[in-house]
Amino acid sequence: MKNALRVIACLFLLTWGAAAAEKNVCLDCHSQMEAPLKVTPAEFANNIHAEKGLTCTSCHGGDATSDSDPMSRTAGFRGHIDRRQVPELCGSCHSDGAKMRQYNPSLRTDQLAQYKTSVHGKKLAAGDQKVAVCTDCHTVHDIRPASDPRSSVHPTNVANTCKRCHADGEYMKDYKIPHDQYAGYTASVHYKAMSEGGDLSAPTCTTCHGNHGAAPPGLATVENVCSTCHVFQAQLFDKSPHKKAFADAGMGSCVTCHSNHRITHPTDAMVGSGTDSVCTNCHSKGDAGFQTAEDIAARFRELSGAVDVSSNLLQRAAHSGMEVSDAQLELDSARDSLTKARVSLHSFNVKRVDEDIDAGLKTAQKTREAGLAALKQREYRRMGLLVSLATILATVGALAFYIRQMENS
Amino acid sequence: MATKHCPMVAAAAREAAQQPTKDRGRRQFLQVVLGGGILASLASFIYPVLRYVLPPPAADLGNDSVLAGTASELKANSAKIFKFGSRPGLLIKTASGEFKAMSATCTHLSCTVQYRSDVQQVWCACHNGMYDLAGRNISGPPPRPLELYDVHVKGEEIYVNRKQGA
Amino acid sequence: MRYAATYVRDWLDQRFGWEELIYPLRHKTVPLHRLSYWYFLGGITLFLFGVQVTTGILLLLYYRPSANEAYESVKYISTQVQFGWLIRSIHSWSANLMVFTAFAHMFSVVFLRAYRKPRELTWVTGALLLFLVLGFGFSGYLLPWNTLAFFATKVGTEVPGQIPVIGHWILVFLRGGEDVTGATLTRFFGFHVAVLPGITTALLALHLALVQKFGISVPPRVEDEWSYKPEQKKEMKFFPNFLLREVMAWYVGLGALAALAAIYPWELGAKAEPFASAPAGIKPEWYFLWAFQTLKLIPSRILVFDGELIGILGMGLAGALWLALPFLEPKRLRRGYRLLTGAGVFALVYIVSMTIYGWVAK
Repeated sequence: MKNALRVIACLFLLTWGAAAAEKNVCLDCHSQMEAPLKVTPAEFANNIHAEKGLTCTSCHGGDATSDSDPMSRTAGFRGHIDRRQVPELCGSCHSDGAKMRQYNPSLRTDQLAQYKTSVHGKKLAAGDQKVAVCTDCHTVHDIRPASDPRSSVHPTNVANTCKRCHADGEYMKDYKIPHDQYAGYTASVHYKAMSEGGDLSAPTCTTCHGNHGAAPPGLATVENVCSTCHVFQAQLFDKSPHKKAFADAGMGSCVTCHSNHRITHPTDAMVGSGTDSVCTNCHSKGDAGFQTAEDIAARFRELSGAVDVSSNLLQRAAHSGMEVSDAQLELDSARDSLTKARVSLHSFNVKRVDEDIDAGLKTAQKTREAGLAALKQREYRRMGLLVSLATILATVGALAFYIRQMENS
Repeated sequence: MATKHCPMVAAAAREAAQQPTKDRGRRQFLQVVLGGGILASLASFIYPVLRYVLPPPAADLGNDSVLAGTASELKANSAKIFKFGSRPGLLIKTASGEFKAMSATCTHLSCTVQYRSDVQQVWCACHNGMYDLAGRNISGPPPRPLELYDVHVKGEEIYVNRKQGA
Repeated sequence: MRYAATYVRDWLDQRFGWEELIYPLRHKTVPLHRLSYWYFLGGITLFLFGVQVTTGILLLLYYRPSANEAYESVKYISTQVQFGWLIRSIHSWSANLMVFTAFAHMFSVVFLRAYRKPRELTWVTGALLLFLVLGFGFSGYLLPWNTLAFFATKVGTEVPGQIPVIGHWILVFLRGGEDVTGATLTRFFGFHVAVLPGITTALLALHLALVQKFGISVPPRVEDEWSYKPEQKKEMKFFPNFLLREVMAWYVGLGALAALAAIYPWELGAKAEPFASAPAGIKPEWYFLWAFQTLKLIPSRILVFDGELIGILGMGLAGALWLALPFLEPKRLRRGYRLLTGAGVFALVYIVSMTIYGWVAK
């Protein structure tokens, strides 16, 4: 009997204790309030901080367990955190290596330091309150880790987060930068690769601009950013005459021809002297660059045309039942050469491009011959058919006469 | 069919009755043409059938299981490209002598990849994509890994086929 | 030459009773009237069956009936084997032509009223042969194991599965399992090269024996004309006159097949991937389109019953009635003619229009 009472008492204490540990009077009131004071338990439950055991008081101070005076100054209640104080508040934990090691040892702890170097951080220090602070991107109460697809800073959501300010013409009107970046980006191959292709490694705003230390790369250094992925093009470009020419003219490498945000899929029409060409933006008829552009464009057309011719031939042959899979495989390597030529284009040197084009042309020629041979087979079949039909016709005709003759006599 | 109603036949019949010798010659000519026609047409049917029943030199069906190479033709830490259906495949003999096979079509823009013996990884020359020996895309533009194939070594011969299961 | 022929004939006669055997053939006649051209259709169907058996046996020399190798073996035949493309395309074209001529032959028998007593059993064996031809078409279609065939078979075997009580057993029997797999391929191969040919040969022998016994039927109107004016009655000896004309038609048929095979070779398509999703707009072969389209058009519920089930049972009933056609002719002959002719016309128009509809529908 005594033992039973003891067990019951323990259980009672445990549940009461547990309730006390989870007790959060802040939410009890604030879930009933209207915005901007409203914080729902659901919102809070999604929060990575809540999962790790932090509560309202971790940032706002006060006493979450007290029914009488939760917002007590003695308990350290800070109330609403002023925007200018947000970075320091978050950094009070997130820049503390020893503290962060308790929760996630591999998380970086330089966010605040980076932020101070960013355009946002510098402007905030100068008194501009319109710029982004931590909570603008990460949200206030339902902060999720960046790897969570529902997080506002997950790679697929970054552009949408940045655009909240940067695409708002009204909000950005006091700043001397354009606000068409989001529109441009969503038209780009990078955006398509991520949103349609599901490629999370495709660049988004923060990939090129940095996340906490966000700042535009600058014309002189933008090539470094692009070349982290587009290595070959950058290496060839550096050896080309454009490198010095662009630097002297104050033009950014890469972005001058490809744009910074609206990076669409490059086409062969961008090279040469046609209407869509980027070369003619600087070069005009008579200068050496113009000639080079035209030469390279002509070579592209040559190889691209040769590949198309072979492809059509082989398609026709395959459609007639000929075995041309070997040739079709070889044609792929001709296409590879075209892809390589589009890279070696960035040397802006006809000889360099020729290396790839000529290899491709040789292969395309071989496949064209294979296609013609296969089609010849088809002609052979039709010839055979003609012979057979001729004998059949002769026989049928002779039979007809034979029958006639037989029935007359 | 209704021979009596056909004027042409009636006329021919009259002609035949009037010229027995000419008729004889005509009959023989017709028989020659008929016999020859039958023989020629039969030949045009039988010739393809005879060629058909003799098997062609290539007995390989070219199906999902392909003879990719021989164990001796590849040195350790080297690779070769082989035809797998209508696409290229890459057969690698690692430094430890193990055979690995995977698709050789880069998942970025479909260039044909190659094996780099210096870094012992698979490399795409078009845009510097890198894959490890398990086909995983580890750097550069490729968005997806290379499809791995099963390798079966039967004595000297190395067979590659698509992964079974699922 | 003539001497050699006589010698061989005598030799055969002394050992097989050759003369006795071919005596009825010698005296067989074919009635001649304005509708006699329709008589060619049966022979053409028989010829095409012969083409199928020949090309089928040739294909058997290289075809491999397993899911792993079937597609590759057909590709091999079409591209590597000498004249393999010809044999394969002739087999595919001839199959389609044979279904067409079989239907045409059947409808000509309906409209020429050749099913009347005493030829009822000839009709029944003929109708069964038609079902067998459709079975050949259905089972053979799967054998290349390409995407279209795989999904057409999947859809096609679902239909009998809807029959109440026994439907599921029929489905499992046809598929060799719950789903269409390599087991289905093996089974269909068995049906196509052994079971169906065996049954067809027996039924065909019976059908031809019955035709031989009762001779070629004369349409009732012509019969009436000839009973009034006996001098108008015309006949042609089957051997050699009619037969030579049939041979002419068969030669032309061979030429047509060769031309179709060379100019419009049969496609191979892509290898079937059982786990891929069905491509949009899967349709069965044209000779099943009318049934397929009918089932598609039936509303999903008719009164309290499942629409598709009604459709299937309805088609089963129609098939049974069609089989029993000669026994359904009412005694009052004149009315009976019109009724059955009407039914025949309705069936023909329905099948043709549903086929066209099914072809153009998405």
